[in-house]
Amino acid sequence: MKPEDVVITTEDLRVWYGTAGDPVRAVDGVSFELRAGEILGLVGESGCGKSTLGRGLLGLMPDGAERDGRLLFRDKDMLTLKRREQIALRGRELGLIFQEPLTRLNPLMRISEHFSETLKAHERGITKDQIEHRSLEALRLMGIPPTRYKAFPHEFSGGMRQRLMIALTLVLRPSFVVADEPTTALDVLVEAQIIRMLHDLRDTYETSLLLITHNLGIIAEACDRVAVMYAGRIVEIGDAKTVFRDPQHPYTRELLRSTISLRTTGLNYIEGAPPDLSDPPPGCRFHPRCPDAMEVCAVRVPEPRQQPNGSRTECWAADQANGLVTLTEDERIPLAKEVIAVADEA
Amino acid sequence: MSSSSGGSLARYIAVRLLLVIPMIWVLLTIVFVLLRVAPGDPVSAAVGGKLSEDALDTRRHALGIDRPLIVQYLDYLGDVVRLDFGHTISDNRPILDVIRDQGGATMTLTIGAFLFAILIGVPLGRVAGRYRDTATDAGIRIFGVVSYAAPIFWVGIMLVLVVVKLFPGWPTYDIASVQTKFLVEPKTHVLLLDTILAGDGEAVKDVLQHHVLPCFTLGLLLSGVIIRLVRVNVIQALQGDYIEAARARGIPERQVVRRHAFRNALVPVITVIGLQVALTLSGAILTERTFNWPGLGTELVQYVTARDYVAVQGLVTFFALVVVIVSLLVDILNALVDPRVRY
Amino acid sequence: MRHWVRTIWNTRGLARWILLAGLVLVVAFVVMAVLAPWIAPYDFNQTRVDGDKLPKLAHPSGEHWLGTNDQFFDIWSRVVWGARTALEVIVLSVLFSILIGVPLGLVSGFIGGWADRALVFVMDSLYALPSLLLAIVFSFLLRDALGGGIVAAALSLTCIYIPQYFRVVRNTTVSVKQSVYVEAARAIGAPPTTIMRKYLFGNVVQSVPVIGTLNAADALSTLAALGFLGFGIQPTEASEWGYDLSRALDDAQAGTWWPALFPGLAIILLITGLTLVGEGLNETLNPSLRRRRLVPVRMPAMGPSDHYGALPTPGRGPGGRP
Repeated sequence: MKPEDVVITTEDLRVWYGTAGDPVRAVDGVSFELRAGEILGLVGESGCGKSTLGRGLLGLMPDGAERDGRLLFRDKDMLTLKRREQIALRGRELGLIFQEPLTRLNPLMRISEHFSETLKAHERGITKDQIEHRSLEALRLMGIPPTRYKAFPHEFSGGMRQRLMIALTLVLRPSFVVADEPTTALDVLVEAQIIRMLHDLRDTYETSLLLITHNLGIIAEACDRVAVMYAGRIVEIGDAKTVFRDPQHPYTRELLRSTISLRTTGLNYIEGAPPDLSDPPPGCRFHPRCPDAMEVCAVRVPEPRQQPNGSRTECWAADQANGLVTLTEDERIPLAKEVIAVADEA
Repeated sequence: MSSSSGGSLARYIAVRLLLVIPMIWVLLTIVFVLLRVAPGDPVSAAVGGKLSEDALDTRRHALGIDRPLIVQYLDYLGDVVRLDFGHTISDNRPILDVIRDQGGATMTLTIGAFLFAILIGVPLGRVAGRYRDTATDAGIRIFGVVSYAAPIFWVGIMLVLVVVKLFPGWPTYDIASVQTKFLVEPKTHVLLLDTILAGDGEAVKDVLQHHVLPCFTLGLLLSGVIIRLVRVNVIQALQGDYIEAARARGIPERQVVRRHAFRNALVPVITVIGLQVALTLSGAILTERTFNWPGLGTELVQYVTARDYVAVQGLVTFFALVVVIVSLLVDILNALVDPRVRY
Repeated sequence: MRHWVRTIWNTRGLARWILLAGLVLVVAFVVMAVLAPWIAPYDFNQTRVDGDKLPKLAHPSGEHWLGTNDQFFDIWSRVVWGARTALEVIVLSVLFSILIGVPLGLVSGFIGGWADRALVFVMDSLYALPSLLLAIVFSFLLRDALGGGIVAAALSLTCIYIPQYFRVVRNTTVSVKQSVYVEAARAIGAPPTTIMRKYLFGNVVQSVPVIGTLNAADALSTLAALGFLGFGIQPTEASEWGYDLSRALDDAQAGTWWPALFPGLAIILLITGLTLVGEGLNETLNPSLRRRRLVPVRMPAMGPSDHYGALPTPGRGPGGRP
């Protein structure tokens, strides 16, 4: 991997929300790299911080939220960038595809106006003809006929609206796109289409993609690498096939087991609920729900380590099993699970 | 999916027009019932002490108020449909003439006031919504509250005091100088238009000058409402999902506010501005009295004081109709602007 | 009840100040009204003192704090007595409106059917009419029967506000009625009347104070307007601010400012106070506009992971927590 190939670098990235009380540590120390043309899947339960991370990479945060750590786009330090430069990069180089297409388009503006506004904001001096040409091109790529160019958003179905959104995001040909659960609100057939389209785009333009979803099937189908997120941290990250075939982290294993397929005979689920991010558990955050938890897990935070199969994970059990650390006898005592009271749930 | 805008818009208008009829009917009935509920009879009330009992009876018969109530009611409805609002008791003048002669003044007053109100209210409301919970917002909102709380006639009086002090000579009452009123031919019965039609530059300037104070006064009152509306709508528009999406596309914040939040916030505001016709009417009546403005408000006050119930009934009926028709027009306007509003 | 008090207490920012400012203003006028006989140096229609006529249009001075007007009245006294008039009228009119509007809404919502629909239509139409117009018509009607006093004025204003209470109560009744029958079908818990009373009461009590305060503000404005036009409280009955302003109109053309300024200020302050209370209550009880203060986020430096010390000794619970 050539260094100039790397598009996004994060190191200990933190995004915390301000509240009336303690801050919510939605993203609490996330590190990864994303290369050109790579599709990285980001998977986890609701409330684990995936959406926050996606938006945080673009600097789209609600009032009272703060970022910390290191975030580089190519070699630009995004966290110290002036606001105006950040806005200039947004859309142009960094794109975001949202989950619910229905409400993401201005109901009073025609599609053509959406396109012309976006293009004019980033390319001064672009002519009307050029705008129309580029917009229709983008629409064509997404399978939307040019006759609908002047229509209003409410005249399209859900699937088409999502394709519109993608076209709108991609008309500027950003190098990096965050797709936040792009197909969750859509039916399965449309979902397949959209995934295929995203692949085509990657092949054609070398766009890097962070695909956020809670659907493991999509990850398996569409992604090169996958990052598993829990309670604001990436607990496992690696090549998609490897992670699925040989999951290192207990949470990843549990997630894979909970997936329903045609072969499912009984339902598996992970006990308990994700922790309260304003007051996360000490030590490894997964320890209250982990089947492999040991005494050390409740006390010391596991360090992220490269495992022999190539994935990076932060788990004492994995480290121990792969011989990367030596724990004392006391530390290895299996954790007595306390019955998770209802009140403990987030 | 849905059809093109043209067809469904026509249908919307048609349905809306149909709905207007029962509403007008209810309003007319309310007006009729209210004014018949008065104890005693209207003729005695109006001219009681001045005429003999026989003369009063003749009058009563002439007005038809000795007939059964239901007959009077049907007559009343029938008259209104033919735009016959009756004749005044005191000077036997057709009310339609009154409306024709004085209506123009009220109309120009109202339109001028709306212009001022929008000029003042919309920008202030937008700033307040954008910079919510800051000192600017607080200041603007206080202004909004106070402009609504201050009685319009008091504001008018204060403005008169200021103008008399600072700009002596600037007209502070009536719609035009005596000369202008005397010389201009009443073709349209709207003084401003008549002066323009007559091509008399001095007269036009005179009438416009007279308009400034009353229109500004009424406009201040209306601006308070507009500020509040625009502010709330801008705040809610800024919370819309498409706002975040626009930001994600790198649209500069100022443009996001202006084009997405602000324009979308205006849609409901257009409706509600139009619906302030009730407030505007009340304000117009008071403004006319303050500035001795020869409009319908002054006429109403005069006839109420004279206890002329037919005139009052006629004028109130007219006002009620105006309210309904304006709200109808506003609904149609709203449908034109917002492509989602269709039946 | 305690829940609302706590909600109000917890509100931060603008809504709280609005509420407080409004309350201060309103209470000030209530005090003025109640203590009028002791605060006002003259009676409301007093033009002579010890047989000597009071001066006409005298400047504000030590003798007459706010001056006198063209009817030889002391303006400060007129303002103070006017506060009493104002509060009496608006309290009466809002009370009457509630007493008529709420039961009417209840009955209408309960009965349903075409009577209900007809009533709703009538109320909506009434609501669409300009309030001043309605007030003028009513004062016109009631003048012969009830004269020009406080009760007549209050009743003139009552009908304007009935539709609002009617609408709120009727809508709540209808929705409760629908859900009550559904619950009755499941037959769990308390009898339907209790649920209905509790839900209805809660909902109504939440909206009526806001509506009531804002109505009071509007009622005062309309009362003053009526007084200004000459259709309100007659000067022989009581002191009324709007009427005083109508007398001040001609004086203003000559540059005499005090007969107009002070009654007007009184009106503004009281209406503002009532509006602020109403708006403050509304922002407090209406969650969509409420904003809580956010604590600024301060992130501690990222150490080599948050170590929590050594292994716990046996005997302690998991997680190292004692």
